[in-house]
Amino acid sequence: MEHIVIIGNGISGITAARHIRKNSDKKITVVSAETDYFFSRTALMYVYMGHMKFEHTQPYENWFWKKNRIDLVKGYVRTVDHQNKKLVLQDGNTIDYDKLIIATGSKPNKFGWPGQDLPGVQGLYSKQDLDQLEANAPDNKTCKRAVIVGGGLIGIEMAEMLLSRKIPVTFLVREDSFWNGVLPDGESQMINEHILEHHIDLRLGMNLKEILADENGQARAIVIAETGEEIACDVVGLTAGVSPNINFLKESGIELGRGVKVNPYLETNIPDIYAIGDCAEQHEGIGQRRPIEAVWYTGRMMGETVAQTICGNKIEYKPGHWFNSAKFLDLEYQTYGWVFARGPARKEFEQHFHWRDSKEKICVTIAFNEESKQFLGINTFGIRMRHEIFDRWLTEKRDVNYVLEYLKDANFDPEFYAQYESKIVSKFNSKFGTSISPKKKSWKRIFATSKTC
Amino acid sequence: MKTIKNIGLVIFLIGLGIFAALPLLGTYKINPSTLDEIVTKKRIKSEIFIEGLQKSIVGKEFQGMQSLSPLVGSAIENANTQHVKNKEYKKKIYTSASEMAALIGKKSGTGFMTNNKGLMWFLTFGFGIIGALMFIVPNVVLLGKKGIKNDGIYHENSTNKGWIAWLVFIFLVGFYLILYFKSEYAVNWTYLVDPISESLSGNPAGHWFVYGFMYCTVMTVMAVRMYIKYRHNVYQMIRTTSVLFFQIVFAFLIPEIMVRLQMPYYDFKNVFPLDYDFFFQWNLNSLLDSGGIGLFILVWGIVLTLVIVPVMVYFFGKRWYCSWVCGCGGLAETLGDPYRQHSSKSLFSWKIERWLIHGVLVFAVVMTGMTLYSFFAETGTVLGLKTQSIQNTYSLAIGSVFAGVIGTGFYPIFGNRVWCRFGCPLAAYLGFVQRFKSRFRITTNGGQCISCGNCSTYCEQGIDVRAYAQKGENIVRSSCVGCGICSAVCPRGVLKLENGPEQGRINPTEVLLGNDVDLMELVNKK
Ligand SMILES: Cc1cc2nc3c(=O)[nH]c(=O)nc-3n(C[C@H](O)[C@H](O)[C@H](O)COP(=O)(O)OP(=O)(O)OC[C@H]3O[C@@H](n4cnc5c(N)ncnc54)[C@H](O)[C@@H]3O)c2cc1C
Ligand code: SF4
Repeated sequence: MEHIVIIGNGISGITAARHIRKNSDKKITVVSAETDYFFSRTALMYVYMGHMKFEHTQPYENWFWKKNRIDLVKGYVRTVDHQNKKLVLQDGNTIDYDKLIIATGSKPNKFGWPGQDLPGVQGLYSKQDLDQLEANAPDNKTCKRAVIVGGGLIGIEMAEMLLSRKIPVTFLVREDSFWNGVLPDGESQMINEHILEHHIDLRLGMNLKEILADENGQARAIVIAETGEEIACDVVGLTAGVSPNINFLKESGIELGRGVKVNPYLETNIPDIYAIGDCAEQHEGIGQRRPIEAVWYTGRMMGETVAQTICGNKIEYKPGHWFNSAKFLDLEYQTYGWVFARGPARKEFEQHFHWRDSKEKICVTIAFNEESKQFLGINTFGIRMRHEIFDRWLTEKRDVNYVLEYLKDANFDPEFYAQYESKIVSKFNSKFGTSISPKKKSWKRIFATSKTC
Repeated sequence: MKTIKNIGLVIFLIGLGIFAALPLLGTYKINPSTLDEIVTKKRIKSEIFIEGLQKSIVGKEFQGMQSLSPLVGSAIENANTQHVKNKEYKKKIYTSASEMAALIGKKSGTGFMTNNKGLMWFLTFGFGIIGALMFIVPNVVLLGKKGIKNDGIYHENSTNKGWIAWLVFIFLVGFYLILYFKSEYAVNWTYLVDPISESLSGNPAGHWFVYGFMYCTVMTVMAVRMYIKYRHNVYQMIRTTSVLFFQIVFAFLIPEIMVRLQMPYYDFKNVFPLDYDFFFQWNLNSLLDSGGIGLFILVWGIVLTLVIVPVMVYFFGKRWYCSWVCGCGGLAETLGDPYRQHSSKSLFSWKIERWLIHGVLVFAVVMTGMTLYSFFAETGTVLGLKTQSIQNTYSLAIGSVFAGVIGTGFYPIFGNRVWCRFGCPLAAYLGFVQRFKSRFRITTNGGQCISCGNCSTYCEQGIDVRAYAQKGENIVRSSCVGCGICSAVCPRGVLKLENGPEQGRINPTEVLLGNDVDLMELVNKK
């Protein structure tokens, strides 16, 4: 029986394992160092905040693995010996494989800041990081202030976590507006306001110079590069992005860039070795995507795809239209298609229509082609949208007028919520001199061709 | 703000403390006329019992029900033994000791409590309400910006099965035990609400009136908490208002007023088979004896079960009843909301659930079948089984112990829908309709789920919502009561309660939206 070994029990590795099991009778082993069972990394914050217990982050009950004959091995893979098709674990044990899937995820970036390895300084990626944070910042007496370095999605999650225990937070953001490499100005501005409303000490356009230690070698303060200001704190959160967790492969002969280099079939340069998820790097980004995509959904999709290939149905990794979502404190964010904040990704022809409610923190940005009027993508804050509808419109290459006319079909907010489509459309009309009137929502249209896509 | 909360808590606890102490306090002075009244009313023919009580209690004063009740009990027992021995079955007393003691107690209370009903009401209910509101309302400010506020639920003793939760558990179970099995100890509580009862139905309050009044009070106060916690969520606001309305108006006010108008006591929204004694002989007789209104209720009750309920479930899902109308659901959604996370999500629990709830439904239907057969055939037994004893078993095991003691008492430990999930025969019936013939579903938003588990954790019915959502699959489950909390707590906007076309409602998928369209075609079509 062919033995498939997967390194990493995150979403990508586990999705691959599940789909291989569905489609075959192969022997499957998952090796991972972090936890006994698959858990949802995206939910780590909720454990610290007391919304859930750690066990709730595990999507499958513990009996699931045995029942589905997916063998779990807890251990750290030190080297991959592809000549002998063998893995060597930290404890000296070896595992033979016929096919190997590398799904080792990411690790937090550290940029060589002085003091970055002091006790009290940490990232937020793994279960161990969560436990560390629980030890470093159990309450606002032990941790009187925390400084978070890096204004991305994990940074703001970490700020929200600390706030839930009433710990004052200083938030150093390199950009001069929050996440404005990704978000257009109006949206980024709204998030800035929202962060301040939560009494987070937001420092835009500031970088970390160094972290200072006290006499016990514990982090006690940080220094800001731009101003030289020293901020006393007990915990420093480093959340300046992540990069592939592949150091153990340095000598393996597998081609590496920033991540494990793969072709569109998710194959590495070595036969029978594949890489998926955060750690995989495409030779060239697919469509407008980046070569490394460190998000949950792409990890899952690569897992779905590689399983087909391994089960004899060789198939290219061809993700469909881009989508993503996040939550900034109390604000939900969704995106479908591409809305680029600025160049070089944002091309000349990409025009934006931005609407923001006068009272609530709700806004929408729609990107479209200035000449052809083709709809390119949408960002929404505080309004949920229907994935299927936008996916369909993107495939059908609808123009922006059509999208606005039928916007109500796409609304996915809970029943009885206030509707904003009319306001959005009327602003669009007045801005572009159109006379679109929004159509009533229709079940018929919504479920028209919704078999799978 | 914190101080207001703390003062509120203290006031609440004082009110609760007094309320909890009442069953054992108070003075009872038994007049000869009281005994006579009861003897006439209950048509008691046992001179042994009457003489016994005249000797042991009449003319005396008792401190606390605990000194009176045993004497009544032993008088009944003594009389019954004698009569059985002498084969004087006609003289045997069938009124239970509890009921008898409650009857006597209610008429004999004297002293401070009976003379100061208003004040006592204020010290118990009043303190409880004021204290609880002082504890709850500051959250408008303390919870900060509107949004999901589940911070610390698993750190707090009370919501994470700590000792406070266990105390609440003991309190609730004790309360239900008194209510169902030791109602004489509720006599002092009835005094508190006598004035209210008299103004509604014209009668002094019984222990069920206490329960009804308390139910409404607790729901109202906890609804305020819901309004504050979910103020960003219009669905929750409207739904909470709806359950509150149906409880106060339909379950509480209308039946009391009907009694005042000499009509039968009836809750128009209580549907058979949840309303399991609807077809019991005494109820049918009482309805048939009540003229036009009785007949109307009879027809309404039947049409409700056979037509209105399933049709509504077809269009809206069982939520229209279970989380918008039903009283049990209403309490679960208000008082029970802080405990919703405790319902077990394991596959094992789901198995137990299906056996139990369908078992109860079968039990209820069989019992009703026997009842109706007995009624029309005018016989007491069916196939050698005594209809009466089957009814008694159901009333005790399901109606009292399961629905009351376990159903509500276990909130702090097993979550707030124990009864609705494992026991309610109506829920089982609605569940069939919802699962197989309904427009209702929880739609999963394409591929947006991040498997975080908030939805599953906060599902009060123990549905592993995530198991469906992470596969991109809609949630169509018979047990879903459509409370809408999964949709509320989802940080990625994945879930939406909808009534849409039946076609495509159940959509098993393997590969989710967002991946290669050809792959999706290939795999999902298989
Ligand atoms: C706090 C946080 C919040 C996030 N929120 C979101 C979100 O909301 N939406 C979103 O799309 N994405 C989010 N992400 C990103 C998302 O979680 C990742 O993209 C995804 O988990 C990557 O999955 P993976 O399977 O590729 O790797 P991982 O989940 O990292 O799994 C890899 C596993 O392999 C193990 N491993 C690594 N090397 C070895 C070795 N040599 N031997 C043995 N085991 C090894 C690791 O310990 C780890 O357990 C978030 C990430 C974090 C940290
Ligand atoms: S709460 Fe939302 S994102 Fe989280 S598991 Fe449930 S459906 Fe998925």
